[in-house]
Amino acid sequence: MTAITGTPLLEVEHLTMRFGGLVAVNDVSFTAMKQQITAVIGPNGAGKTTMFNCLTGFYSPTVGRLALHRDEGIFLLERLEAFRISQQAAVARTFQNIRLFAHMSVLENLIVAQHNKLMKASGFSVAGLLGLPVYRKAEKEAVELARHWLDKVKLTKFADWEAGNLPYGAQRRLEIARAMCTEPVLLCLDEPAAGLNPRESGDLAELLIYIRDEEKIGVLLIEHDMSVVMRISDHVVVLDYGRKISDGTPAYVKSDPTVIRAYLGEEEHEELPPEIIRDLPEVAEREEGA
Amino acid sequence: MTALASQQSGRPGLDLPAMLKEAGVTALIALALTFPLVGLRTVDVGSRLTVSPRFTEVAIAVALVFIGRIGLILTREKQALPVLVVSLGVAAAAWFLPFPSAALKVIAIAGALIIAIRAAITARSDRSTLSQQERDRAMDRLGARVQDAAVWIGPIAILFAIVLPFMPFANRSVVDIGILILTYIMLGWGLNIVVGLAGLLDLGYVAFYAVGAYSYALLAHYFDFSFWLCLPLAGLLAATSGVILGFPVLRLRGDYFAIVTLGFGEIIRIVLLNWGVFTGGPNGISGIPRPSFFGIADFERRPPEGEIAFHQLFGIAFDPMHRIIFLYYLILALALCVNLFTMRIRKLPVGRAWEALREDDIACTSLGINRTNIKLAAFAIAAMFGGFAGSFFATRQGFISPESFTFIESAIILAIVVLGGMGSQIGVVVAALIIIGLPEAFRELAEYRMLAFGMGMVLIMVWRPRGLLAHRDPTILLHPKRSARQQQADSEAGE
Amino acid sequence: MEYFLQQLINGLTLGAIYGLIAIGYTMVYGIIGMINFAHGEIYMIGAFIAVISFIVLGAAGITWVPIMLLLVLIISMVFTSIYGWTIERLAYRPLRGSFRLAPLISAIGMSIFLQNYVQLVQGARVKPMPPMIQGGFTVMERADGFAVSISYLQIIIILLTTALMAGFTLLITRTELGRAQRACEQDKTMAGLLGVNVDRTISLTFVLGAALAAVAGVMVTLYYGVIDFFIGFLAGVKAFTAAVLGGIGSLPGAMLGGLLIGLIEAFWSAYFSIEYKDVATFTILVLVLIFRPTGLLGKPEIEKV
Repeated sequence: MTAITGTPLLEVEHLTMRFGGLVAVNDVSFTAMKQQITAVIGPNGAGKTTMFNCLTGFYSPTVGRLALHRDEGIFLLERLEAFRISQQAAVARTFQNIRLFAHMSVLENLIVAQHNKLMKASGFSVAGLLGLPVYRKAEKEAVELARHWLDKVKLTKFADWEAGNLPYGAQRRLEIARAMCTEPVLLCLDEPAAGLNPRESGDLAELLIYIRDEEKIGVLLIEHDMSVVMRISDHVVVLDYGRKISDGTPAYVKSDPTVIRAYLGEEEHEELPPEIIRDLPEVAEREEGA
Repeated sequence: MTALASQQSGRPGLDLPAMLKEAGVTALIALALTFPLVGLRTVDVGSRLTVSPRFTEVAIAVALVFIGRIGLILTREKQALPVLVVSLGVAAAAWFLPFPSAALKVIAIAGALIIAIRAAITARSDRSTLSQQERDRAMDRLGARVQDAAVWIGPIAILFAIVLPFMPFANRSVVDIGILILTYIMLGWGLNIVVGLAGLLDLGYVAFYAVGAYSYALLAHYFDFSFWLCLPLAGLLAATSGVILGFPVLRLRGDYFAIVTLGFGEIIRIVLLNWGVFTGGPNGISGIPRPSFFGIADFERRPPEGEIAFHQLFGIAFDPMHRIIFLYYLILALALCVNLFTMRIRKLPVGRAWEALREDDIACTSLGINRTNIKLAAFAIAAMFGGFAGSFFATRQGFISPESFTFIESAIILAIVVLGGMGSQIGVVVAALIIIGLPEAFRELAEYRMLAFGMGMVLIMVWRPRGLLAHRDPTILLHPKRSARQQQADSEAGE
Repeated sequence: MEYFLQQLINGLTLGAIYGLIAIGYTMVYGIIGMINFAHGEIYMIGAFIAVISFIVLGAAGITWVPIMLLLVLIISMVFTSIYGWTIERLAYRPLRGSFRLAPLISAIGMSIFLQNYVQLVQGARVKPMPPMIQGGFTVMERADGFAVSISYLQIIIILLTTALMAGFTLLITRTELGRAQRACEQDKTMAGLLGVNVDRTISLTFVLGAALAAVAGVMVTLYYGVIDFFIGFLAGVKAFTAAVLGGIGSLPGAMLGGLLIGLIEAFWSAYFSIEYKDVATFTILVLVLIFRPTGLLGKPEIEKV
């Protein structure tokens, strides 16, 4: 293990998640630093997404402490209701199978992301209904923030489109922009490069570097695309069968024999291309009419 | 697509036996469906139940199905033009031919027209049916056009509604129907907040209508409160009941939520029915006070000593129509308030959050939106409007009983929203005119009203699940100069 | 004690009928995840076809009760099944892949349509049937003359239901159809890829559900002796409650839920108030959905993210 230096942003300690008899995440601890890109990698079923869902409040972990350090203090994510994780702890996330508000416009998606701020400005709708200037000003600012991110993800031209009509890669970018509009301190990305072509992955890497270096925000990402991970991460955590097997700089992890064994060692770990894996649960879900 | 079409038209001639077989099977199913229930009608003879046969009806119905199916097959097999001509002819002939029952006549004409429409589409597009997507796109365009036109249709419609009571043809029954339709428009607009915007299927909306109606009736009965005091109170009570009922159920999944609201609606009705001491039970409450002219004057011919009546106030002759017209304006104003409110709130954070919830509630949570509070707000606000409508209903009728608040009432309001297009304000108006207005206009067909209504709900779901005029305009634009839609259409064409 | 026993017998009979209808809800929910709101109407149609066929058979001179009962059951099951099949074909199949609430709205429309269709073609008045199977056993008698009795009809209902349930369980666990059904429940796309005819399996599910509802319709006709076009709504809600209580998607759950709802209704009417017996059912429905949406025997569902 190589030491990662920096100011801690998120400390994960002994995170364990059981579903009945299945242990999806088993005693995982690591620290993500401020202004760094931390990548969580691992073969399918290693517990990456489960860990994400614990972090963002969709599951409550069986055991573990998830401490988020902000200037305002420390937030224990495992104790917060799902919606408060974004509202109070300022942790934003995207989803493996993109979850946009498909019938709303691109701009509206970004405005909805600023809900809590605008809700206060609208006096919980009273000032808004009366059309007071307080709210109009707040809305104008919200649009400006949205425009900033639209420029960054190169979607300004499409601002008034229905989000569902955007091409796939643009939808991924929009989801990141939407998460950024919540003004987070930690951005969690669940396979942002899945389904992107090489050029789009390159753009994505650039965007993430911008977010880290210019916006000064910590990024935690799950990714299969090793070229992206190795290029931009400051810190890589490797999971396998729910356990952490390696943790360190990209260079260290790349040469760690445990990691190589987990990925290539045994025959049964032969992986399907990520595109196919990704599509499988989606198909099932669509059939269920979810 | 062209390749497919040419392949189909390249098929050798018509396969007559196969065609007859297909149509025959359909006719056989129709026979099995109609034979026992239509063909053998149970009738009371003395104290005994017997059956009287009606085989002619069955035979005609089966024959119609057979012919209709052949028409559809022919359309599919690229014989659209002849089918179009024949089906139009059949529709016209059916109009004049004597049928044993009006229902069969309607079925014959409607069926022939539907086949004609399909044949016409085929003749034009060279394909038997449009795909769901194409249909959606065509209807979206219509919806968009209506939405654009709403800018001038809206004011004209409101103007028409305002002058309606003074039109020469506006007798008492016209104004009464107007009140009825406006009541349903208001209820539809209210429910639209929950169903159309927030995407929560509420099957018990009538419960809040009932709460509003009974609030007014009971407050007036026990405490002698006036209508103008009761109206806000009734809205408040309905909203409170909305919060109380809504709080535990709002985290349920869509269909469970629907069933639970249905349960609540029925519970409230049964309680009203059986709590005789308080609510009058099945007899309901009568003698509910009529509204006064803003508390200034009553609409009485001879007001009590020391008070002044409406006609005296304005120095005009007494006319019972004054009260009706006043009620008409009252409901018009209430409905327009709901509309104005909805149009405004759509552009506020709450409104956008409602629509976002409808689209994807998990994403909403990840953006820090408190789902429960937002849904509760939708539920309570819609309940409040239901409550207003309820107390208006009570004061207009002067009599209420649990009979008026059955599940079917909820279903009618829901159908108005669903048919018109979820979330579309103008759609609700159109749907209310169709669902409430048409049966009033064709009273002779009144017994088929609910039949057609149920069928309509099924058809609209099959044909266009989002509703006839469903179309959504963004609540905010970044590039307002050119219409966003146009821009999108351009780029789609460019693709 | 005697009174209690009598209510137990009545409750079990009622519960058996609810259970039969509940199976239709639970199977359809299991396989396509929709609440078939029109299922109560299917049961009502079954009851109407039963009344009509009793009269026709009587007029045709078939009066020996066992034969008559058997024929009525078969006729009612066959014709009602065709209704079940047609409804699925016309109102639900086109909606697969539509948004989640569309099938429910369509089913509500179908329910309203069927109710009014029957009212229109058969009249709005209640249809009385003369009692066909009379008599029974006296199980025990109290000193004051209160006798606990179980009628032959109640025995027939309970036995027939048990037999149907047994046969049905075999069908689901042992046959090709049952396997196909369970496969579709798990994953329709995959089942389709593996050669299961998904459309046909779903159609057959509706047919089976309708046939069982028809049996319930026949029984109710015999048991209560009156039916009208409106009986489907309440029975439907109660049977749905039974399905939810037992755990929607679970067949034994549906039967268990049916029995429980029947018993609760019988005891509630006997010991509390008969006016509020429907409120009892609705309250159970609401409470179960809020506090234990998986019911007694259902599998838990994890929110997918």
